[in-house]
Amino acid sequence: MGFVPVFLSEWTKFRTVRGWVISLVLAAVLCVAFTFVVANGNNQGGCTGPPAPGSGPNSPGTNCYTGHPFVPNGPDGEAVADSYEFVEHPLTGDGTLTAQVTSLTGLISNGPASVAPSLAHTQPGLAAWAKAGILLTPNTTQGWQYAAIMATGSHGVRFQYNYTHDQAGQPGVVSAGTPRWLRLTRTGDTITGYESTNGTIWRQIGIAHLAGLPPTVTIGLFVTSPVSFQSSSLGVPTQATAAFDDITLEGNAVSNNWQGRSIGTSSQDYYPTLAAGSYHRSGNALVLSGSGDIALAVNPLAGGDTASSSLWFGLLVAMILIIVVATMFITVEYRRGLIRTTFTATPRRGSVLAAKAVVVGAIAFVTGVLAAAVAIPLGEHILNTNGNYIFPSSALTVASIIAGSGALLGLTAVAVLALGTILRTSASAVTAGIVVFVFPYIVSTFSSAAVGTWLFRLSPAAGFSVLGVLPRSALVSYPGTMANGYYPLTPWAGLLVLCAYAALSLGIAFFVLRRRDA
Amino acid sequence: MSNATIEVEGLRKRFGPAQALDGMTFTVMPGRVTGFVGPNGAGKSTTIRVILGLDAPDEGRALVCGQTYQHIRHPLSQVGALVDAAALQPSRSARNHLLWMARSQGMPASRVDAVIELVGLGSAARRKAGGYSLGMRQRLGIAAAMLGDPPVIIMDEPFNGMDPEGIIWMRKLLRSLSAEGRAILVSSHLMSELQDIADQVVVIGRGRVLADASVDELIARASGDEVVVRTPTPAEAARALQRAGTTVEIIDANTLSVSGLPAQRVVEILGQTHVPFSEVTAKRATLEDVYLKLTSGEVEFRADQEREARR
Repeated sequence: MGFVPVFLSEWTKFRTVRGWVISLVLAAVLCVAFTFVVANGNNQGGCTGPPAPGSGPNSPGTNCYTGHPFVPNGPDGEAVADSYEFVEHPLTGDGTLTAQVTSLTGLISNGPASVAPSLAHTQPGLAAWAKAGILLTPNTTQGWQYAAIMATGSHGVRFQYNYTHDQAGQPGVVSAGTPRWLRLTRTGDTITGYESTNGTIWRQIGIAHLAGLPPTVTIGLFVTSPVSFQSSSLGVPTQATAAFDDITLEGNAVSNNWQGRSIGTSSQDYYPTLAAGSYHRSGNALVLSGSGDIALAVNPLAGGDTASSSLWFGLLVAMILIIVVATMFITVEYRRGLIRTTFTATPRRGSVLAAKAVVVGAIAFVTGVLAAAVAIPLGEHILNTNGNYIFPSSALTVASIIAGSGALLGLTAVAVLALGTILRTSASAVTAGIVVFVFPYIVSTFSSAAVGTWLFRLSPAAGFSVLGVLPRSALVSYPGTMANGYYPLTPWAGLLVLCAYAALSLGIAFFVLRRRDA
Repeated sequence: MSNATIEVEGLRKRFGPAQALDGMTFTVMPGRVTGFVGPNGAGKSTTIRVILGLDAPDEGRALVCGQTYQHIRHPLSQVGALVDAAALQPSRSARNHLLWMARSQGMPASRVDAVIELVGLGSAARRKAGGYSLGMRQRLGIAAAMLGDPPVIIMDEPFNGMDPEGIIWMRKLLRSLSAEGRAILVSSHLMSELQDIADQVVVIGRGRVLADASVDELIARASGDEVVVRTPTPAEAARALQRAGTTVEIIDANTLSVSGLPAQRVVEILGQTHVPFSEVTAKRATLEDVYLKLTSGEVEFRADQEREARR
């Protein structure tokens, strides 16, 4: 006898108990409802203007609004930081810009948190990813494609393009004794970055093909310096100052028409800056100061929610209901003595447990998928309405959250079915299920960051990592901690941890089921 | 249905300190109703659970149609069992209860409707089983047992909770099923329930078979050849019969109990010696008498054991 009859039998059992079916519908409905509640409690905005009469001088103003600062999207739709100080020159056709970087120094804000950052409260210090070099872009609108060769604070010379692509050159810091020569060449759509330590021997670092590059682009020298998280987990703005020399632009119609400008540093832009940028040019030399970053955007500088950020509570509620139903699917049979009828119909007990696991796992998976598929767009809509910034997520990302929610509930259902098989009574199995699968998440919200991190690594709460879709980038020095909304494990790793729990309890259940008298 | 048998061979099973089965051995043959009787706790249900592969014996084996239960391909088509009629999910309808069982054997839903008709559950089959009376649950349990039209049928205490009408229906059903050549094992703790329907009786106590015989054999064995004589002259009659070599016991003023000769010979002797008599009857034991005789020791033993256990 194959597996199909046992499966059909268990499926018939499940669908013919109306209470179970209703509980699952309820689980999905509650998941959506609580996603709405969580999203609705989340507002972003601010107040400007003079404080209300009678209130303190530091009170917020009375002109309040909902909304969030502008976060640009990069060429692939990803959220990016694109804020820097730029001295640019138009370039039509092919050409090359060469410059020597003779110094790169920086300032780090050290003022109290209550005071707006300014140059008055700083200490010397250079951010690791402070960048100074040559950048080419068809358009200085934020988020546009680009390619750049640069010296950095502590990552040596780099060739980067389109926010996520990076090629390392020589390591080491820039100083008067160890200057760096940088060169960026355009040939058609192809941008090539070179470096040199003496201005005569050049080494190619990287090539970028910027598709659809127009004939006229803009090329120039830039400086930027990202928020530092070294001294404060909240992050403090920094500024970098670079000195360039021997600036040479070769190409058609070069007119020495250099223009300085700050990009992405207005009050509407999200990226925090220490102070307004500045530049001072004399002949072929230039001193340039600036704040910002050219990289992927990270939470919470963007104040960011994600497609999944309102879903956790609804999923937790749905999980509780599913734990009850999945447990009862076997414990009721023990309570009523029905398990003996089941085993007389199918003496291979392992097949019965496997069929039950497939049925209850699949049903919980579908419940999670349907609930998330409705809850995610609803949550996003409510967050948007309340002025929150939401990290853009691709259809693939949303699909992965939906599938992940289903897998979270499905694996939990299989695991508690096994618990029910081992413990045999509803009360003990439901209690155990909730203690093992729901409590770790709740405990983590009360406990220290360290404990929370370990819970999300080792306990079944790791399964909730499927909700972790905040972008990560190796090109940004950013603490990807739980406090910042990052799960310690990737979605796949988190599901694997939960899988291990399900497999372990299922294994024990198979073992005891074979050995025990029914 | 020639291989429709249950062969129980030397089953032993211990639950903690209690020896539930202690060398249980018997065979259930096709075309017969085999009664399986014993006091409560004698091991009837444990034996049935071992036959159905639910409990594992410490020693011995039970074969159904020549196979251990676990190895039967479509078990419900070989063995129909009514073990616990209360074993139902209360919120599931009777029809759906039968439907999941049918699905597990790859049987079509039409078979479900057929057995519902067979046991006369009819329109009640679509109601939740939680609302059923004990009698209806028994009928549902029998429907479940008949689902695969099996050659072997096992029923544990099927008369429990049935009204007289139900009991009559059940006896008729069991008779007709055995007439079709099926092997039927019916357990009960009351011998009287099995009178008239069992062809063979397996009496057990303390996990062992005490007697395994046909009903006639059992009764004959218990009855011996005792003859009751009613006569106005008991002293004369006793003398005449004693001379013929019998043992005579005077029961009251005009009743004698005679053993050693069949009733026909007793009549002949009394006629030859011209002793008047009003009645000569061969005394016949009932199944109940046999059962009590066989199990009385067991009951006492159990009581002792319980007293000991309580100490």
